Amino acid sequence: MLKILKYSFYDLMRSRWSYVYFAFYLLLGIVLLFLNNDLSKAVITLMNVIIILVPLIGTIFGVMYYYNNKEFTELLLAQPLKRSSIFLGQYLGVAISLSMSLILGLGLPFVFYGLFESSAIWDFSLLLITGTFLTLIFTALAFNIALSNENKIKGFGYAILLWLFLGVIYDGIFLMVLIGFEDYPLDKVSLIGTMLNPIDLSRTLILLKLDISALLGYTGAIFKQFFGTNYGLIVSFIALSLWVILPVLRMTITSKKKDF
Amino acid sequence: MVTIKGLYKKFGKQQVLSGLDLSISEGGIFAILGPNGSGKTTLIKSVLGMVIPDKGEISVLGKNIKKNSEYRHKIDYLPQIANFPSNLKVKELIKMIKDLRKPTHEDERLIELFKLTPFLDKKLGTLSGGTKQKVNLVLTFMFDSPIVILDEPTSGLDPISMLRLKDLIQAEKEKGKTILITSHIMSFVEEVSDEIVFILEGKIYFKGTISELKTKTDQPDFEHAIASILTENHA
Repeated sequence: MLKILKYSFYDLMRSRWSYVYFAFYLLLGIVLLFLNNDLSKAVITLMNVIIILVPLIGTIFGVMYYYNNKEFTELLLAQPLKRSSIFLGQYLGVAISLSMSLILGLGLPFVFYGLFESSAIWDFSLLLITGTFLTLIFTALAFNIALSNENKIKGFGYAILLWLFLGVIYDGIFLMVLIGFEDYPLDKVSLIGTMLNPIDLSRTLILLKLDISALLGYTGAIFKQFFGTNYGLIVSFIALSLWVILPVLRMTITSKKKDF
Repeated sequence: MVTIKGLYKKFGKQQVLSGLDLSISEGGIFAILGPNGSGKTTLIKSVLGMVIPDKGEISVLGKNIKKNSEYRHKIDYLPQIANFPSNLKVKELIKMIKDLRKPTHEDERLIELFKLTPFLDKKLGTLSGGTKQKVNLVLTFMFDSPIVILDEPTSGLDPISMLRLKDLIQAEKEKGKTILITSHIMSFVEEVSDEIVFILEGKIYFKGTISELKTKTDQPDFEHAIASILTENHA
């Protein structure tokens, strides 16, 4: 598996898109820091961008990589290699190179700005950690979609739909449920609802860490009670890890049964 | 070498292989022929473990291949469509495949044979179809495994490379290897193969030498013999 990982990582590190992605974050980081001059505000703006953009790039890149490398994957399948190691290697190659672009692209300007002396380092680290989680999650989901759909166009369609659903539509439905049942106690429901969507979960985690939960009103207080504690933090990270592990498991199982 | 018993495979509603039995002995060149969609590639891919059969048993060198990947050390496979990561250089691809399988020096001879030296530092994305096929051939033949499977080996090759390929296949046969070939070019098949395996509707319709096929169909030449099988069965 490590050999496959190494080669897909090298392959991606040489692709133009990795650099475009890296350069985008670099530029974003520089612009936000040096025009804004306020680290906390920059982190919030970054959060808004990351929460939407990272899943999108992860899904698109994952699906694209799978379909582009299909014939080569077939060549690998004819070699004495296990299927699970081929697909895990490729998946990790994509996810790690995307995470590297994110971490280096955002990290460098922050380091130069003087992050290590600032109190925002924890907020910033949390931002990068959730960003990496989101990359791992959405690349895994993308690989699942691509593995289950022979048809490229369909695969891309489902990938975009998935992103749209988790990024936008889910929130809408969630909000409607909350409004529709506002007469009932909803704290548990909203907590679970947040846990079930990795994008919402990441957003809530960062917002609460930034101590602006007052903006969230009453629910914010409940959330703060839950996510603000170590217990909540651990549960959230377990939920995020599950979001990585389950799709990866499904990926290995589907790949074992698939015909190429 | 390769034994297949009662192989069934369905893709959606389409039954591609329906109870195929085949046993291939050691040494020699076997051509797998059949009309489009008869299941040639599915058969090959089942042997390679890329397609998972619905029913049936395949053993390679006496071992059942189910849930096993080690036996593929004994097989060299040339896929029909060669498409490599476009960012890699030819040299790097060869190094990578060697790294994944085992070290060999055979590649130098093959690179020389197919005159690939000027392309070694070029990226795979910039190569023409024929050159890619040559790279593909180098990757296939460099490991010197006892079983070689070639899926449409002639596609995109110029006449000189075609001649070299024929010589190469003969030389591999001399070493006592078992070579399976699928091809649509009948003259190529007639020239290189020792035995024909003709697949029709997911079953073996005929297995034997070309002269046996000619007697069976009562046709003077190979191409007409094949054509007569097809017209008889698909008229």
